[in-house]
Amino acid sequence: MMIPLADLVTILPELIVVSVACLLLVLDPITPSNKKDLLAWMSVATLGICFIMTAGSMGDRVFAFSDLVVVDGYASFWKLLLYVVSGMTILLSIGYLKEERIDLAEFYGFVLLSLTGMMIMVSGADLLVIYLGIELMSISLYIMAGFKRFEARSIESSAKYFILGAFSSGLLLYGISLIFGAAGSTRLVEIAAAVEARGLDDSLILIALMLVIVGFGFKVAAVPFHMWTPDVYQGAPTSVTAFMAVASKAASFGAFLRVMLEGFGGMKPNWNGLILGVCILTLILGNLVAIVQTNVKRMLAYSSIAHAGYALIGLVVAGWVGTGVSAKGVSSMMLYLAVYSFMTLGAFSIVAILRRGGNEGEDLDDFTGLAKRHKGAAFLMLLFMVSLAGIPPTAGFIGKFYLFMAAVNAGLTWLAVVGLIFAAVSAFYYLRVVMVMYMREPSPDQENETRLALSPTATVVLALAAAGVVLFGLYPWPLVSLTATASLP
Amino acid sequence: MPSRNERILIDVSSGGFPWLTLVVFLPVLGVAVILLFEEALAKWVALGVSSLVFLVSLPLWVLFDESTPAMQFVESHQWIASPSINYTVGVDGISLPLVLLTTLLTPLCVLVSWTAIETRVREFMISLLVMETATLGVFVSLDFVLFYVFWETMLIPMYLLIGIWGGPNRVYAAIKFFLYTLAGSILLLVAIIVLYFYAGENSFDILMLSNAEYPAWLQAWLFWAFFAAFAVKVPMFPFHTWLPDAHVEAPTAGSVMLASVLLKLGAYGFLRFSLPMLPDATQRFTSVVIFLSVVAIIYGAYMAFAQADLKKLIAYSSVSHMGFVTLGIFVLNAQGIEGAILQMVNHGITTGALFLCVGIVYERTHSREIADNAGLAASMPVYASFLVIFALSSVGLPGMNSFVGEFFVLLGTFMWNKAVATAAALGVILAAAYILWMLQRVIYGIPAQHMASKLHDMNWREIGTLAPLAFFVFWIGLYPKPLLDVMHASVDHLVQKQAKVMTVDEELPLPRWERARPELVEGAGVRVKPMEPETR
Repeated sequence: MMIPLADLVTILPELIVVSVACLLLVLDPITPSNKKDLLAWMSVATLGICFIMTAGSMGDRVFAFSDLVVVDGYASFWKLLLYVVSGMTILLSIGYLKEERIDLAEFYGFVLLSLTGMMIMVSGADLLVIYLGIELMSISLYIMAGFKRFEARSIESSAKYFILGAFSSGLLLYGISLIFGAAGSTRLVEIAAAVEARGLDDSLILIALMLVIVGFGFKVAAVPFHMWTPDVYQGAPTSVTAFMAVASKAASFGAFLRVMLEGFGGMKPNWNGLILGVCILTLILGNLVAIVQTNVKRMLAYSSIAHAGYALIGLVVAGWVGTGVSAKGVSSMMLYLAVYSFMTLGAFSIVAILRRGGNEGEDLDDFTGLAKRHKGAAFLMLLFMVSLAGIPPTAGFIGKFYLFMAAVNAGLTWLAVVGLIFAAVSAFYYLRVVMVMYMREPSPDQENETRLALSPTATVVLALAAAGVVLFGLYPWPLVSLTATASLP
Repeated sequence: MPSRNERILIDVSSGGFPWLTLVVFLPVLGVAVILLFEEALAKWVALGVSSLVFLVSLPLWVLFDESTPAMQFVESHQWIASPSINYTVGVDGISLPLVLLTTLLTPLCVLVSWTAIETRVREFMISLLVMETATLGVFVSLDFVLFYVFWETMLIPMYLLIGIWGGPNRVYAAIKFFLYTLAGSILLLVAIIVLYFYAGENSFDILMLSNAEYPAWLQAWLFWAFFAAFAVKVPMFPFHTWLPDAHVEAPTAGSVMLASVLLKLGAYGFLRFSLPMLPDATQRFTSVVIFLSVVAIIYGAYMAFAQADLKKLIAYSSVSHMGFVTLGIFVLNAQGIEGAILQMVNHGITTGALFLCVGIVYERTHSREIADNAGLAASMPVYASFLVIFALSSVGLPGMNSFVGEFFVLLGTFMWNKAVATAAALGVILAAAYILWMLQRVIYGIPAQHMASKLHDMNWREIGTLAPLAFFVFWIGLYPKPLLDVMHASVDHLVQKQAKVMTVDEELPLPRWERARPELVEGAGVRVKPMEPETR
């Protein structure tokens, strides 16, 4: 069997990324240890090339491999975001891995492998293809989470992630198999046709739908499928946590939305109530539990759960039956996750550069008086915290504003009120970090520590994240118009 | 883009020069300059920039056309295309006095912090200047989203001002201030979005939204959503509890900014949004708000009696004075509203000055207790004179600024209901009592022995801080006409809109859409001519 060349060209970015990933794994053992940075730069360059390719083909809608894969504006948007996020993760890791003494170049290989999985997820037009993408992403992440292999916390994180990840994948796969039984295919188009033909009361499809939602619920860390998140996020190396919190969440949401709309779009009334419930639970639990955290990484883990709740508002709106409402929900969620990526990566980067020598840099106490010791780092953290709390003029406000616009447009004014109430609650724990940094005096020990683990590349990452938070806060139109055109119909 | 009758409301008297943008963003430019220079120069740069902002804001006053209620110095640029959000700014007779108040007070805040702020001066000045931009932005925004952005932006610098440079309990006060005001603004944002969809204009333009018609149930809903945001900021009883904490803990400049500028934002919100956009709901709920205002007047005064801490005393007197402002606004006649705006300016000047006075003496004695700061007349005669001036102004002595404002408010209230006016007047008497009692102790009391060595009179910088405010106390007190002239047209416009609703409600029980027809209500808004202040 010959694979048509056109199909291969369609997935050229995926092919490039996966080839470079394999190449990195091969090159790692034969690269002298002082030249390992070159491999990191090689992967960043690869991402740059792929970014240009994807951006260049933006707007086309091409199917490949007999409709198993689709490359449309929607997929391209997520891919562009994922390139940026992966690139920032790699740049952050260059210095951070050295600090943690785990600077193996195969790390970058796993980032790229995981990225390949994510790209397949957002481009999959078939449940099995999406499942393969999820597995490729997850398995790479399991390894990355346990990269500090001499540290119990990291191993625990990896094992927990693996067990719960495998469990959720199993549920998803079970759902897919039921769908195959009901629809005779796993392609989204044919699932949609089966939903159309068999009506809303086919119990097989309903059970399958439920299992799919649970499976994706695990991946996006929505309540009540969030239990793995805090431990995994806290134990994993910080740059991996950032990558998980941002990239894997974005890709999972991207695939989730496509499956729900393109596969199960015909039965929106059956699932939007369920998503609504999950959304509200996620908002409540994520925000309330974050209040009591004293470890910044763990707090950010709960905050990432809370933000999944906000993003789910977009999915609820997308599932609301009404003319022109759905697309607004999709684009507002895309915008929100893009904005979320910048601010969350920024916050984790600050945690990463505080890690120096014996200092973990992740406890709230490690931030005490940071404004006295490192003005720049403290100010950037202030910026990211304010943005996460959704206070203007930062990008976090713009993201929330569009979500609530979409919600009110769909007639869900009360949901916007609930979202805003929890935004106010979240201000409490985000501002506590600001308070600790600005309003407490550093201890004598802390004053003696004069340096941050700030590598030049980490500076670039922080600058990018801060630029994203400020620029998209002051002038969000480029991002807004991009999400509007790339939105699913 | 303005449609229908809004066109008349926009005139460009600026000759195309972006005065407002310059005024609003000059402080932020100052932040960049501060970052360029070393720490020691920060206060000089801040003083220079904020004085420059004041100078640049003066042409607004000079070029302002008093004959029209229209927005002036209007600039409009597209910010976000979909949904249509514009950078639209402009001032009318309601916002102009408040803009000038803000630009006047910021340099004074820098001056009073000259030696009081010793640590992290650069960050302090940056917070102050960002604060100025945000508050000015709120007063000039003509787009609701732009308004909200400025409205919320302000929280961060104020949070830092209280939390970093404040008193012992500063962290608690800062977070309380922040969460209170943030929680109040929740419904405001939802209300803004709801307005966008219900007005059917697909616009956040404040003037367009003001001219749209909303069903009564929606107006009621929106009214309380606005109320939550604005009442917390004013602050109205019973949402005032953050204020004493914030005032007491904030550094002097923070207290002045809070009292003189921040508290005005809530009252301004009522005037700019609640009254013109929701006339029916305003009519319906006005008695509730008036009741709360009178309670605030008396309760604030009553609480002020009990305070041994000078700042707390002034903080509670603020609650009382701001009660007059909301009272004046919601009696919905020209006298009341003009009095309220005047009272907003007066309160900004007088209470700002009183906080400056407390700050000046605190720098010497490091105590805000009345007992520690007693009997200052002998050792600090110049200071004592200024304190007497501002305290008497706060009491509302004729010939001083507050008298005019309170007089107008009470006049307007008398026209609304005599019993309410009597109750409010009781607040004036109480104010006289607690202020004079405070004066008696601080000026003529028995000096605390352990403080005697620390009491030296004011230097030229401090006199320079207070003198401009004393000047305005007498100017507004003796000749308020220039200030009132600026307001007349805009307030008339506002009152007429209310009068239309009022008359139609009483005489023509027609559905809402019928009422909107202007021919039905021609000549309905009968306005009682305001008393010319000079002839009083």
